[in-house]
Amino acid sequence: MKFSFYDIFHRFINGIDFFILVIYFVLSIMGLVALRSAVGYYDLRFSAQIYNCILACLAMFFVSILPPTWLRNFSLPCYIFGIFLLLCVEFFGETTKGATRWLSIGFTRIQPSEMLKIAVPMMLAWYFDRVQNNDRLQKRDFFIAFVILIVPFFLILLQPDLGTSLLVFASGFFVVYFAGLSFRIIVPIVVLIISLILVLLFYKDVLCSSEVSWFFLHDYQKNRICTLLNPLSDPLGNGFHTIQSMIAIGSGGLYGKGYMQGTQSHLDFIPERMTDFIFAVFAEEFGLYGCIFLLILYFLLILLGLKISISAKTSFSRLLSASISMMFFVYVFVNIGMVTGILPVVGVPLPFMSYGGSAFLNIGISCGLLMNIKNESKIKIQRI
Amino acid sequence: MLELDSQVKIIKRFSERIIIGVLFFLFGFCILIIRLWYLQVSLYEGLSEKADNNRISVVPMPPKRGSIFDRNGEVLACSNCVYTLEMSSVKADKLEALFQELEPAIKISESNKRRIARQIIEYGRYKPIVIRNKLDEFEVSWFAAHAFKFPELKIKSRWIREYPYCYEVSHVIGYIGRISDSDFSNLDDTKIANYRGSQLIGKKGIEKTWETTLHGYTGFKEIEVTAAGKPVRVLKSIDPIPGKDIFLSIDIGLQKTIFNAFGSKKGAVVAIDPNTGEILALVSMPSFDPNLFVDGIDKNSWSLLNNSLDYPLINRALYGTYPIGSVYKPFVALAALELGKRSPNDKIMDPGYFECGGQKFRNPGSIAHGMVDMYKAIVVSSDTYFYSLGLDMGVDELHDFIKQFGFGQKLDIDLDGEKQGILPSTEWKRKKYSNKKMQKWYLGDTISLMVGQGYNSFTLLQLAQGLTVLANNGLYRKPHLVYKTKSPMSEKEEKILYNPLYQVLLKDSNVSFIKSAMEDVINYGTARNAFLRTPYSVAGKTGTAQVFSLRGSKYNANFINEKLRDHALFMGFAPSNNPKIAVAIIVENGGWGSKEAAPIARKIFDYWLLNNN
Repeated sequence: MKFSFYDIFHRFINGIDFFILVIYFVLSIMGLVALRSAVGYYDLRFSAQIYNCILACLAMFFVSILPPTWLRNFSLPCYIFGIFLLLCVEFFGETTKGATRWLSIGFTRIQPSEMLKIAVPMMLAWYFDRVQNNDRLQKRDFFIAFVILIVPFFLILLQPDLGTSLLVFASGFFVVYFAGLSFRIIVPIVVLIISLILVLLFYKDVLCSSEVSWFFLHDYQKNRICTLLNPLSDPLGNGFHTIQSMIAIGSGGLYGKGYMQGTQSHLDFIPERMTDFIFAVFAEEFGLYGCIFLLILYFLLILLGLKISISAKTSFSRLLSASISMMFFVYVFVNIGMVTGILPVVGVPLPFMSYGGSAFLNIGISCGLLMNIKNESKIKIQRI
Repeated sequence: MLELDSQVKIIKRFSERIIIGVLFFLFGFCILIIRLWYLQVSLYEGLSEKADNNRISVVPMPPKRGSIFDRNGEVLACSNCVYTLEMSSVKADKLEALFQELEPAIKISESNKRRIARQIIEYGRYKPIVIRNKLDEFEVSWFAAHAFKFPELKIKSRWIREYPYCYEVSHVIGYIGRISDSDFSNLDDTKIANYRGSQLIGKKGIEKTWETTLHGYTGFKEIEVTAAGKPVRVLKSIDPIPGKDIFLSIDIGLQKTIFNAFGSKKGAVVAIDPNTGEILALVSMPSFDPNLFVDGIDKNSWSLLNNSLDYPLINRALYGTYPIGSVYKPFVALAALELGKRSPNDKIMDPGYFECGGQKFRNPGSIAHGMVDMYKAIVVSSDTYFYSLGLDMGVDELHDFIKQFGFGQKLDIDLDGEKQGILPSTEWKRKKYSNKKMQKWYLGDTISLMVGQGYNSFTLLQLAQGLTVLANNGLYRKPHLVYKTKSPMSEKEEKILYNPLYQVLLKDSNVSFIKSAMEDVINYGTARNAFLRTPYSVAGKTGTAQVFSLRGSKYNANFINEKLRDHALFMGFAPSNNPKIAVAIIVENGGWGSKEAAPIARKIFDYWLLNNN
């Protein structure tokens, strides 16, 4: 592939998707506005988040101009490198609060599981792209895909980090779903999950008693689920988070209390208010209308992503962009779901809003990938 | 054609799945919107009432910081109560009116006003903002009488740190200052909670190294407040636990004696009790006033301290590293005896210089001492004798032996800012230089080491510790400053005991030979004049450390710039048969050790052995 300066410039201008860019900026600004209320203007984290935002934006531009074949060729090395880092975490990782999730690399430390959120769908999209040469994929193909997916899932589960491992699993699962996993497999799984939830609802008193331990979850994870079912059972501990954020959101009403006027957040009632619970700060101050506006932006972004995936020209691009778009949905749904008290508290950041460098970088790279794929389909059309 | 057909099929199937996906996420968004509607519209009344009623504000109550005492119970640092005027929930536009109402009694400077206005924006309306510090009695009583006019203002008491001996012990005590972001990031999660409400933290010295002990535990008050932030009632209160008092092994009297003896000179002193490893005095000159730092040091004082070429903020006893010159000789001589390189009776001719490989190493002032054995070499401080040892002694052997005395090692004293110094070895030189040629060890390097010059670079603390180990016949005790803590709640005292860490294996005859040579340094040798007619016996050694090499020319202190003059050194312990105190002194650019450093030692010994006991 020729790769002259002109080519780069051409890609840069063509590659930027105007709509995604606008949504990106509006959401980033809304995120910064909410963060400023959560931490104050002079807090270091506010300026750090501005840097995060700029850095993520640069990453987006960078990824958007990469030649599409590069993305495909990166997939396998990225995945292998990610698995390697996860193994390093297993053996040399730093342990904080009982979880070994970080690798120290001299001046800073990184959380490799974050990287897998993009590397796994890329790897799977690459894999299906390679094996899909007729219209039906074999059972064997799905089996291998399942192995590719389950390895990082378990490595992250070992750290332990249930939230991230489920997210990585979901990101890969979407690729498998879009690649054509039979509904004869999907439907039973969905039915199983729904029935598990129903069992939990009906037998919560028995299952949540302290004598019963859930062999596949840690005690704190069990407590979070039980707290969700009955927040009042633990009003000062786990339930406190959910109750206070629900009060914050609810007391915002239709119009909100006004910017910087949220009493729940400013009186320190909302825990983790600049990271996972920032939506509560936003909802308290901007009310239902603000929330709906925010949701519409997310909605448009996801819709744009899915639209790009339909017009994408290769199966790799299709699968990757569709899975990235659905991941945005999962983030938004799980985060707002937990802050509003319909899902258990798991550490999932709200895209563009939550404070954090790697989370923002992931968003930037994801948007960059979407733009890149859109650009690729445009170029092909021109050539035809 | 077949391929195109299958492509179309694939895309068709993919589109179907996208449609299912869209339905799925539309469903998800609907759930979220319904939930938000339910919370923000249906439950709005109830939840907003809850938000109003539910404002429990948690007020941290910082603990009183522990005091610091000397070994006799003299106060070196303590916390006193002062009054602060605080404000909460005032709108920015009402500020000016508020200031005017306070004007008759409580003055607020213009810069303070600007800070308050900025903090209102910064903190929001619900966090308290300090209006004035250190109110005097009139201001407090005026406010008490007029408090009804100012519902948003409150007088709060606060502990402030005071250091009664400002200059004498500043390098030991250190100081506290406002907690900075970097201080916060150094605290771990469990400690951060404990610092809610605390504004100050130990920045240097004992205040820093014993921070956890001194700080204590923050208490909490849970107060129900109204929508306007007015307290309604106290729901729960957990009292703070004050920090523990700390007793140092330092003797303030001895410390003052040294401080006065130094006058305007620069340098440092470390005095250790060899029987316990307790540090009796630790002085670094010039010094500074730690009281300046307590409430945030002003710009002028800071730039004066920070830009001074005398570096008053540096603790020279721990941080300064020096080639220690002749005071190193007893240790080298002991090494030669223990390693079997010399017997006490071996004699050499000292013509005033030592020649090796075409290079001349001179005695100070090129004085010729004639025939010298080891005893005489120590007493008259013959460099030539020790240069000649360099031919037999390997640098690595010397390194391994001397290391046991603590030279070139961090001694892990309970103060911050300790430097490691350099105890050279071939391995050290290999690591130090990247250039292969520079990595090579030369005989000349070894020869300079024998008289405490060359690559040698030690802290004064290491010298004092080495001397202590020698005075103890090789028993190594950890040097330390804190020997006792006391809880102000229970009055329970906790002694901090340090057991001897190890014994350097030495022959008694060798040690007593070196010690008697050091006694004769005092009786007949270089330090004679300083110790005339002492009622106790002293073993010691003077030293002069070159700041720069004079390349063989004669040294005349009067003709060279003061900054380039040699450092004067002295080390000694007394009484020599049963040491109660071991002292190491350096007077920077002082010239001769016998003239500048030894007289200070005399005052220290007199104070400790005659006045004190």
